[in-house]
Amino acid sequence: MKIAIASGKGGTGKTTVAVNFALSIENVQLFDCDVEEPNCHLFLGFNLEKVEDINILTPVVDKTKCDFCGNCSEFCQFNAIAVLPDDVLVFPALCHGCGGCVMVCPKDAIVYENRSIGIIEKSKGGNIEFYRGVLNIGEAMASPVIKALKKHVDESKTAIFDAPPGTACPVISSVQGADYCILVTESTPFGFHDLLLALDVLRKLEIPFGIIINRCDIGDDRVEKYCDTERIPVLMKIPHDRKIARLYSEGIPFVNRIPEWKVKFVQLLNKIQAQI
Amino acid sequence: MKELTVISGKGGTGKTTIAAALVSLAENAVIADCDVDAADMHLILQPEIIETIDVSGLKVASIDETLCIKCGICKDACRFDAITNDIRIDIYGCEGCGVCAYACPEGAISMIERKAGDAYNSETRFGPMAHARLGIAEEASGLLVAVVRDNARKLAEKYDRDLIIIDGPPGTGCSVIASIAGVDMVLVVTEPSVSGIHDLERILDVADHFNIPAMVCINKYDINEKNSLIIEEYCKDRGIEVMGKLPYDDAPTKAMMQEMTVIEYSDGEFSNKVKDLWENVREKLT
Repeated sequence: MKIAIASGKGGTGKTTVAVNFALSIENVQLFDCDVEEPNCHLFLGFNLEKVEDINILTPVVDKTKCDFCGNCSEFCQFNAIAVLPDDVLVFPALCHGCGGCVMVCPKDAIVYENRSIGIIEKSKGGNIEFYRGVLNIGEAMASPVIKALKKHVDESKTAIFDAPPGTACPVISSVQGADYCILVTESTPFGFHDLLLALDVLRKLEIPFGIIINRCDIGDDRVEKYCDTERIPVLMKIPHDRKIARLYSEGIPFVNRIPEWKVKFVQLLNKIQAQI
Repeated sequence: MKELTVISGKGGTGKTTIAAALVSLAENAVIADCDVDAADMHLILQPEIIETIDVSGLKVASIDETLCIKCGICKDACRFDAITNDIRIDIYGCEGCGVCAYACPEGAISMIERKAGDAYNSETRFGPMAHARLGIAEEASGLLVAVVRDNARKLAEKYDRDLIIIDGPPGTGCSVIASIAGVDMVLVVTEPSVSGIHDLERILDVADHFNIPAMVCINKYDINEKNSLIIEEYCKDRGIEVMGKLPYDDAPTKAMMQEMTVIEYSDGEFSNKVKDLWENVREKLT
């Protein structure tokens, strides 16, 4: 079973839930899909080893063959190639690697080279098989790294995807294909507003979901009231506990220090299995 | 005209709370909410929308089933695995490149317009505001950010404002790059947790990569004073100034519940520290 953990708003506790959940259950893979700012490893302390480079194909123009006809730049939807009267400029950071320019070039003047935009790393410690993607600094496109990361899913295990914040393409790439999505929120105007945006996305993608309310004693009861009206299961509530906050700030998973929470995360898995 | 982007790398460190507070202190600013896929600034500033602009994103492929012979050439040509085995378009995978339409020998594929979202030009009690809402499960967030920034510049010219305060998204990718490209300065809001420190290092690398001067503000610094010291030392080593240290306080959450900036809500310690932060930032910008 594949379970994604998303939120809409950042900083609601996605990584906290993902790591503590993974540490509490058996036969599990944890994927850090927040490739722009991956944090899971900080709580696991495993040694990471590189598995692969994530490359995208970027065009290189042979200017001795090019007659500057402009077909490639006209075709490119991403403004990644510009043709001047006697020169061609390629902007690798804008290129999505679709291959269109090569297809439309009448002079066969364009070839590809691989450009690394990020890496996949893995490690194994205790009960968890851990994978993470890291997007290179200055690179814009997180989705190809996330998609490559998720190819390492072992269907015989419970796979947990720790998604990035927001509701845009990196989130969609992270939750797509999941059997279930946990949305971690807090009951504040920001938390609730962004939860509704994330719910819209999950409904459109037809992924079943449930809610975890983190820091459940700050804010008000707007999230619970909404879940009650919409019949959305509230799977867990985590209090605003200074001890949990402190452990978090030091990079210590709280189930390691407060073991009764392990039981609650096992129950969380049971609730999800019962729901789907 | 100057542009300042508030970013963080890590989500939930207090970008929007601090950006909204700075907006209420700045006397002559335009506000731009560039966190277009989870925009929250409007919950505090309650803008009155003056103008709504339809923003088109990249196109999406569409197969005419009456012409398609299921030859699979489009599927082989697509680099994004956006065409399924039964030759249908996965619209969430499609990047709108047009390769499938070009490759199709039957002319069965056309590229159709796709709406990215709405951009808004608004009025708030602190001045003009540009913001947007990304369509549900739409992907062109970077493009929408560029539209919001363009609208903010036009508002600044129209209303003779000399500063644009941009509330940026979390992360380091597409929409962050679009939010910081060419701005005069970024203010990075961090927190003293191992995640906050890790993400601070990466976002400062991004600012460096694009040659944008950066300043740092440590929020909730007293949650872990040891980590706050580590951040201060780190910034010093990189030659980056820590412009403010804000204490952990429930005033920002209480202000948010009342749809106010923290400056409007209270004149307690947190607000005073934000005022100091603003003085430091303003000095750097001029």
